[in-house]
Amino acid sequence: MKSIYLMVCLLLVGVSGQLQALSILACEPEWKALALELVGEDSSVYSATTAFQDPHHIQARPSLLSRARRADLLICTGAELEAGWLPLLMRKSANKRIQVGAKGHFLAAQHVELQDVSGAFDRQNGDVHGGGDPHFFLDPNYIVVIAKALMERLILLDPVNEGEYIARHNEFSIRLSSAIKRWEVEGASLKGASFVVHHNNWQYLTRWLGIKTLATLEPKPGLPSTSRHLSKVLQSIKGEAVWGVLLGSYQDDKAASWLRDKAGLRVVKLPYTVGGNAKANDLFALFDQTIALLKGYSGAKNAR
Amino acid sequence: MKFSIVCALVLAGASMCAFGGQLSNFNPDISLVLDARLAVMNNDSDDYELPGFMLGGEAGLPNQGFSLGHSELSFSSNIDDLYFGKLTIAITEHDGESATEIEEAFIQTLALEEGFTLTAGRFLSGIGYQNAQHAHAQSFSDAPLVYAALFGNSLIEDGVQLSWLAPTELYLQLGVEALSGKRYPSAGGANEGKGAFSGFAKTGGDFNVSHSWQLGLSYFTSDVVGRESGAHSHADEEMAETPSFTGDSDVIGVDLVWKWAPQGNATKQNLVIQSEVFRRKENGLVSMVGSSPLEESSVTSKQLGWYLQVVHQFKPQWKWGARYGRLVSNNSGSNEEVLSEAGLDDEGIAPHRSSLMVQWNHSEFSQVRVQFNQDDSYEDKDSQIFLHYTMSMGAHSAHAY
Repeated sequence: MKSIYLMVCLLLVGVSGQLQALSILACEPEWKALALELVGEDSSVYSATTAFQDPHHIQARPSLLSRARRADLLICTGAELEAGWLPLLMRKSANKRIQVGAKGHFLAAQHVELQDVSGAFDRQNGDVHGGGDPHFFLDPNYIVVIAKALMERLILLDPVNEGEYIARHNEFSIRLSSAIKRWEVEGASLKGASFVVHHNNWQYLTRWLGIKTLATLEPKPGLPSTSRHLSKVLQSIKGEAVWGVLLGSYQDDKAASWLRDKAGLRVVKLPYTVGGNAKANDLFALFDQTIALLKGYSGAKNAR
Repeated sequence: MKFSIVCALVLAGASMCAFGGQLSNFNPDISLVLDARLAVMNNDSDDYELPGFMLGGEAGLPNQGFSLGHSELSFSSNIDDLYFGKLTIAITEHDGESATEIEEAFIQTLALEEGFTLTAGRFLSGIGYQNAQHAHAQSFSDAPLVYAALFGNSLIEDGVQLSWLAPTELYLQLGVEALSGKRYPSAGGANEGKGAFSGFAKTGGDFNVSHSWQLGLSYFTSDVVGRESGAHSHADEEMAETPSFTGDSDVIGVDLVWKWAPQGNATKQNLVIQSEVFRRKENGLVSMVGSSPLEESSVTSKQLGWYLQVVHQFKPQWKWGARYGRLVSNNSGSNEEVLSEAGLDDEGIAPHRSSLMVQWNHSEFSQVRVQFNQDDSYEDKDSQIFLHYTMSMGAHSAHAY
């Protein structure tokens, strides 16, 4: 009799353990990729955006609401990157588990120190992030810090699987640390290289690798390039040794192509995040790809 | 008095800006919308009518020439871990006099169990698709004809709303509202201020990464007591007689929205197709208030309206849009003459209007639009041009679907 009870109990634990597998909603593909490293490939992790979507401009559409309704954990960048849609998505999700202050509400920006905290909030300067530049995952050293914070959060939410999260995190952080060393060796030749960027979202990457940013194609953050601004950029880089024009997968390549034709520069289309090109399938491949593409064209060319 | 409240609120906001130091994290979030237009048209807004419908609420034409629209001041914030709250004040001008209107003032729960959300106060009803959008967030400079005819542009009421979001893969939201029935189109406050009810169901999802959709069903019922129609004036008559309706009103509606953006990246290019249809049945009594002896008629009316609109953002800062809307009605009663005076004679006309617009958004926060209407609302057909700006300041506006 007792053994039957035990079996039933075990069965129930087994079943409820299955049911309790965390449902995770990430705001961006990089956090989905990080979550998958820590919870395992067969978990339910969904990204609200793809690498081809601008994370500033998303609507709280029906499919996202139904995902948010069922999520146990929300992993987002924060720092106002999702200011246009995340508060609404959370409010309309009717899900107390992911509200501000709940265990299931994880903002990566709250675990790192951001660059460029201007505090400025005057939109004459474009759609700037007064709380700091939110594109910090482009420096993998930040991912090291966030991975640890995320592991701690997963344990808080799902203490039963603590051992698994710790083991996965250990394995991931060892792999990531050695990869960072490798990327820094591979990227050493990029130190001091000059690039023109489309949007000012590469600062963490360029700072990490010692790359110089010569000019920005957007006249102000979030505003499309104008021909007047582009000719100014063209003037300012004339005769300079430029490696190329940096562009993310979701950004319009019109302005970059114009500069390529006029100044004889290369357009370097980076994946920006996981899924941004066919090869960038996880965080490791993302940085492998990014450094290979940056280096891909040996050296600088003088702008015409 | 009304103005001093607004000033106090503005000052409170301003001091918060000062004390808040550098960061943008005001509590509460404050946003301000500035809105004004130039209207070029032949018809006078006082003469506007929709034959077969008793106009009310905010329905009608804007003033000819330059005029201010709704300047909106909005405060919102999470109150604590259980509630969110929002106040929106519209500052308008009617006949040269400034007026402040409380457009919405509600609290909403954040942390109920099992997908339930309770909203209480004054809010935009959840019926239809466009009803939940503020005027400044809509794609055209005037409300669709069917919203003007049935809801006086939008259904805003005092009451409570309970909604439930299903824990399913397919988005499914169900909601019910118990409303005061004091405001247009219910009026009167039947049943001691609990005279109107509504229910809605919404479903939707992603067709694939580039296409998404939403389908809604709505129902609205009210015991109307003394709904007066102000827009149908008789300047030639010696004494003004105001038509007034008392009776049962039932509205059902269907709405469908389809959105397309290549790879889901709406910044470069996107297309929105939306259509709504509402049918209203009313049974009751129409009287001409101010007539002596009192002129009355029983009335049974069946009214239907729909619109279809397409808005295409063809490059980052530019959109164009087209919309067509049409109304039909079939009203009958004991005294044809009274019905006619009340504006319920359709005069053999099905009011309709075609609109075209082009809009330029320099940034997400500024918008300038030119709209052209071929307005066949009543027998005096008209061509209308609106030049209209809408500017947002302060807290980031929410990207609702």
